[in-house]
Parts: sequence; C-alpha cells; structure tokens
Amino acid sequence: MAMIEVSDLHVVFGTSVHAVRGVSFEVAEGESYGIVGESGSGKSTVLRAICGLAPTSSGAVRYDGAALKSPRQADFYRRVQMVFQDPYASLHPRHTIDRVLSEPLAIHGFTDRERRIEQALEDVGLGKGFRFRYPHQLSGGQRQRVAIARALILEPRVLLLDEPTSALDASIQAEVLNLLDRIRTERGLTYILVSHDLAVVAHMCERLLVMQHGKAVEELTRARLQAREATQPYTRDLLLASEGYRPLQDA
Amino acid sequence: MTRREWLLSDYPQSRRQARAGQSYRTWLALKSNRLAMVGLWIVLALVAMAIFAPLIAPYDPLIGGDLRLDRLQPPSWEHLMGTDDLARDIFSRVMHGARLTLMVVALVAVIATPIGLTIGTTAGYLGGWVDVVLMRVTDIFLAFPRLILALAFVSALGPGIENAIIAIALTSWPPYARLARAETLTIRDSDFINAARLQGASRLRILWGHVTPLCLSSVIVRVTLDMAGIILTAAGLGFLGLGAQPPQPEWGAMIAGGRRFIIDYWWVATMPGIAIFVVSLGFNLLGDGLRDVLDPKAVK
Repeated sequence: MAMIEVSDLHVVFGTSVHAVRGVSFEVAEGESYGIVGESGSGKSTVLRAICGLAPTSSGAVRYDGAALKSPRQADFYRRVQMVFQDPYASLHPRHTIDRVLSEPLAIHGFTDRERRIEQALEDVGLGKGFRFRYPHQLSGGQRQRVAIARALILEPRVLLLDEPTSALDASIQAEVLNLLDRIRTERGLTYILVSHDLAVVAHMCERLLVMQHGKAVEELTRARLQAREATQPYTRDLLLASEGYRPLQDA
Repeated sequence: MTRREWLLSDYPQSRRQARAGQSYRTWLALKSNRLAMVGLWIVLALVAMAIFAPLIAPYDPLIGGDLRLDRLQPPSWEHLMGTDDLARDIFSRVMHGARLTLMVVALVAVIATPIGLTIGTTAGYLGGWVDVVLMRVTDIFLAFPRLILALAFVSALGPGIENAIIAIALTSWPPYARLARAETLTIRDSDFINAARLQGASRLRILWGHVTPLCLSSVIVRVTLDMAGIILTAAGLGFLGLGAQPPQPEWGAMIAGGRRFIIDYWWVATMPGIAIFVVSLGFNLLGDGLRDVLDPKAVK
C-alpha cells in the first residue's frame, strides 16, 4: 500500500493564485520520490500541502491509506517531518541547538530526552560540543544537519525534503546528500524530495515527478531518466538544461 | 580557563553557560557604546538614589527648617540645591523624589509591557477577527491624546500617585501592541515557526516560546525610550496637581510649587527640572544603546 498518496491536489492561495492544479502521485513505503521543476512550478507547495502548511483546496492527501484532516493531528507530526530549504531561516535565532532538539521531545512527551538529543546529534555527524551553541555560531551545513536532526528526533517514517541542499556550497551539498542517503538506508525512511536540480534528484530518488506551472508533466523512473527517455518536450528541455553550459558548435 | 574564556567559549558545556555567554556578549556590545554606558550610569544612579535616599539626604524631605530663617535660601554648602518656600531642603526632596520617579517608571513598565506584548503578538499571530478586534481596541486607545486620557482617568479615580501610574500604564501600552504585532507579522510565516508547527507545537507554545522572545527586544528598547515620556507625563500630572499630592516630593509637583517665584528664586523650580532632564536623557541614551545591541535589524 502507498505510504503517501496525493490525488488530484489543488492548492489556491487567496482567490487568484492557483499554485497546484490537479497533481496526483503515490509514494510506497521506503521509497525515495523526487519532485522536479523550475521556480514557481508549485513543487514546494505540494510538499507544504502534504504536511498541512498550505491549504488544500480540493483533492486529498492520504497517509497510510487514511485521508488527512486539516489541521493535522499530533500523531501525524510524529510520522511525517520536514526539512526546509534555507537553514538560515529554519532555526530560531534565539534558541540553542539543545532547545531546538528538546522542544519536539517535550511536545510529544518523550522522557529520555538527554539520550535522544545526544544520539540525534551523533546521527547527523555533529558532536556533543555543538549542543549548547546558537545557530549563529554554526555554518550553513552544520545548521542543515541540526535541521535534519530536529526532523529525525521524533523518529518519523516519512521525511519531506524541500530543496535541502540548494542553499549550501557544492562541497557541503554532497555531504548533506550522503548523510540523507545513509539515514534512509539505516532507518528505512520514505523520502519525498523537492529540487530544481535534476542531478540531485537522480542521485537520491528512484522515481520522480516533473512539474511545470502547477501541473504534473511526467513521471519517470531513475533508469529512464538516466537513459534520457523522456516523452514530454518540457522534460527534455529540463534534461538538456541540466547538462549545463556547452559551447555552441559551428554549424 | 578564565571566566572570560568560559563565557566566550564556542563550545558551551551546559545550558547555563550558553545563556551566560550570550548575555556576556550582549553586555560587551553594550559596553563598547559609550553614550549607552553614560545612560546606564544615570539610570543606576537613579536606582541608587531611590534605594539610599534616607542615607544620602541630609534633611527631612517633608518637614522644613525654621520658616523665619531658612525659606527660599539659595544653593550653598549647607543646602546644595537651596530651600523652597516651606524651608525644606530641595536636595533632600530631589533624592526622595527619585523613589517616586522610579516607582512610576517601574510600575508602568511592568504593567504596560506585558499588556502590549500579549495583545500585539496574539493579534499578529492569530490574525483574522482576533486581529481586527484587538487592533481596533488599540486604535481607540491610540486615538486619545495620552495626557488627556490620563487626565480623564485621574479625575475619574481621584488624584494621587497610584492613580497616575494606572492612568499612564493604561495609555502607554498601545504603541507596544502595535510594535509587537508588526514584529509578529514579519516572523509568523518564517520557516522556524513553520518548523515548530510541524512538530505539533500548540499556538500558546509558539506564541510564548518562539514569537514573544523575538518581539521582546524591540519592545524593551521602545519601553526604555518611552521612559522619558513616562517620567514627563508623571511630572506633568504632578504639575497639574493630579499626580502626586503635596507634600510628596514628586519632581513635577515640585516644579509646580516653585513656579510662583521662578523669577526671584530660580532654583526652586530649576533643580527638580534638572533632575527630570538628566534622568530622561539617561533613559534615552540607554534606550538608543540597547537598540543597537538588541535589535537585529538595526545595522551599526
């Protein structure tokens, strides 16, 4: 059975901005699913609609077969967590890392907080020395690791990743992607990864959905993506663009 | 390891050390601002004056000397600021008046700041009809001229320093509510608030634990800068005879008392006036310094 099932999802902001127009897809348990598209294609909005941050105008989001209510139940947040794009904006500037990590534990009434916090920091490759630091004392990559630790500390089954590396340097990007990859294999997590970077999605995901102007253009598997077997012209353009700059050959 | 190293450590070992280190950094930033330090010293001097008034003051503030010999004496070594028309030592009265001033300032801050913060953050975060109702109430309070509204309160409740404090507190919270609401609007949709929502945090937890700490610093700055205005309003009410009642040594009331002989005996009104001026200046300087340190948006 599908872990996350999105069917005919529409998201309208206010009265006029139709950000997502009838997107449907299914993500199986343990799968890593990518959503690709240019800026403004509505890919992040799909993610936000899944976790309840964006309003669902019509259509449904199902978790483990059960349609989700709005607002989401507390239990949902223990199962589904999100990592945001900008690590500089997703950590409270006045909270220490310790506070950031202990808050979800306090909300959900965990008792062995000390052990869990130390374990979570270790899992994302940060030592105990970071525990009582403030976000401004950390680099971008370290912040994103803290954000990942925060998402993992409730031991969710699904992780929603909203461009988790696009705000980071190229060298740090690889580190964070490898970290995410390792955690998924270790824990058997389900990922939904949103990115504008086809290379990142090809590296991380088994299947992917291409979006444009709020609509789903095409669903591809990794094998077909690598073999360049796209059927839609937009996907082909995207593939071509991902190869980067190439000097024009004299005709 | 020295205490300084312990405080500035990049690897704090405990919650306490992290918090102490953060406070120490703020203190260092404030200390490097000379004018702010001048302001801080003035405010501390006011506090010291208020606490030790009976020890510093050479004479009784309420009972004057010999009415035949000691009335309206100019400043001298015997009476540093001269004496008033009831032969009371003005220096002693100014010292004791610091207590009243400090009480006004402290009570207004304690009453008005939480009201403003709570209303502002609640309105900003919840939005919708809550926002509309709370902000219209705020608008109504803002629409009245402050001194006039305070006057109305005092005349309804009866003159006296306590009623003046209540009146000033009730009229000074709307700007804080506005400020807190504006701050809240800028952070309510930020990712760290969304992250807290996604952890299942209740509205109350987000408001108190996440939104309020970020609004607090700018509101504190604003309150400090408003202190001068609060002191002046209290003095103004005293001057009009609606604040502190004679023979209480309230600075505004003292100026009012000295008004009658301001030409011939200038010191009677001038000395408490200088006290009001210096303390207001001190709070303004401190507020400016705090803004530089606490307000993340104010770039040096």
